[in-house]
Amino acid sequence: MLTIDKLTKTYADGHQALRDCSFTVPGAQVVAVIGPSGAGKSTLIRCINRLVAPTRGHVHLGDTDLTAAGTAGLRDVRRRIGMIFQEFNLIERLTVMENVLAGRLATVSFLQAFLRRFPAGDIDRAFELLGRVGLDGYENSRADALSGGQRQRVGIARALMQEPELLLVDEPTSSLDPKVARSIMGLICELAGERRIPALINIHDVGLALGFAQRVIGLNGGRVVFDGAPEAVDEAVLTRIYGADEWRDAFRQEGGEDMLAAGGAAS
Amino acid sequence: MSGASAQAPRRWRPAPRIANPWLRRGLWVLAVAYVAFAVADMEFDVERFISGIPRGVDMVASMFPPDFSRWRLLVDGLVESLQMAFFATGIGLVLSVPVAVAAATNVAPRWLYALARVYIGLSRTFPEVLIAIFFVKAFGFGAFAGVLTLVVASTGFIGKLLAEEIEAIDPGQVEAMRATGAGPAHVLLFGVAPQVLPRFVGLMIYRLDINLRESTILGIVGAGGIGAVLYNSFARYEYDFSMAILLAIIAVVLVAEWFSGYTRARIT
Repeated sequence: MLTIDKLTKTYADGHQALRDCSFTVPGAQVVAVIGPSGAGKSTLIRCINRLVAPTRGHVHLGDTDLTAAGTAGLRDVRRRIGMIFQEFNLIERLTVMENVLAGRLATVSFLQAFLRRFPAGDIDRAFELLGRVGLDGYENSRADALSGGQRQRVGIARALMQEPELLLVDEPTSSLDPKVARSIMGLICELAGERRIPALINIHDVGLALGFAQRVIGLNGGRVVFDGAPEAVDEAVLTRIYGADEWRDAFRQEGGEDMLAAGGAAS
Repeated sequence: MSGASAQAPRRWRPAPRIANPWLRRGLWVLAVAYVAFAVADMEFDVERFISGIPRGVDMVASMFPPDFSRWRLLVDGLVESLQMAFFATGIGLVLSVPVAVAAATNVAPRWLYALARVYIGLSRTFPEVLIAIFFVKAFGFGAFAGVLTLVVASTGFIGKLLAEEIEAIDPGQVEAMRATGAGPAHVLLFGVAPQVLPRFVGLMIYRLDINLRESTILGIVGAGGIGAVLYNSFARYEYDFSMAILLAIIAVVLVAEWFSGYTRARIT
């Protein structure tokens, strides 16, 4: 269970990215976080695993208070949280296998990591995950030789390699074309569901968010302005999240094909 | 007609690179003053220059034919130079990695960064020959002082350039590794090292090239290698032997240059 309590982030330049955000993700639930650019989506998920240090508030994963964890404790907590990135953030010059095994870095010694001597069990699981994300036979390809969709599949395998208790997903589809974006989004939600891992997915494509998530959280100006089921997202809600008219543009740009499907309630 | 001539043709000039006219003119005045001062200060003596020409010609003439009869001495010196260069490059390479990491703002803490920058600054301020003089005074004549010199110079050189490369890496890959819960050393190994490895290998070869050149000159101040043999031959007016040594050095430097260029072009 993930509990976020009055999470606030004020950057050094005075910009308030998050203001008193509170919500709870009870179990294996796919939560889409939507909102306009600069609403604080990225800051929110980075405050959870403390890639960005929150100014105030608390985050609990199970019984662990993430905001209070010391250096070693923080590493252990990060190991328990898988992260998937907009720009994939793969180690470009390393092979697919090395990238997937990087998810186990926190559990091996420096020498093991240097010599790439990962435990046999890890390697076996990496092969299994590669098969699961549809990259059978790619283990020796260099990451920079893959297409965007394939790279994100490696990113997904790397995150799952950590055996995470939570997935933080930051704009997983923004660097991909609409068709690939849909399949990647589907894959993430499917894997999160079958492994019963809660997932927090930042996404500015409202169509994809409504189509795949079990719950939608809307951010605007660093505040939670909506929290509910995708079916409850109507025109009024989108106006609250994106401001008047803005959300129509969001639909038109990101997911034209989904407008009818998802916007049925809206229009 | 009246319409066209009434409107003056529009003119355009490139904007001056220095906007302040006083500064612009002041710099010109300074430049002229500098040239005048430099010419006056040189005390260029035409007579001395002319009388020196035949002496120079004599010296060059006495260099031919080059004398390779004492090739053992030559080879010994050359081998010592090569050994110094390879040894120093190897050690310098290993030591330059921590220096570079410490000198990169995006991975090192502030105090360590300052320390590393001071070291790099010092090692790059003094030319190799000056450092060599210091080490010869401290540790005595011979190749040891030469190797130390080249190690110090190599760590400064590779440390600085590698640090710049580290500062330019894609932060996303580092962020991803931190997000897995990996410790700092592991993050360096996976998040940083692969990104700078090609540059590191390139710098290694480049520095080996430089060290090969430097190792031929350090002997002049007593730090071992073929420089000492060269210096002695000049001191004894054995210019034909000097020429043989110079030719040997040129050959080594050319091979190093070719090897360096050939290898660096093949690294991606």
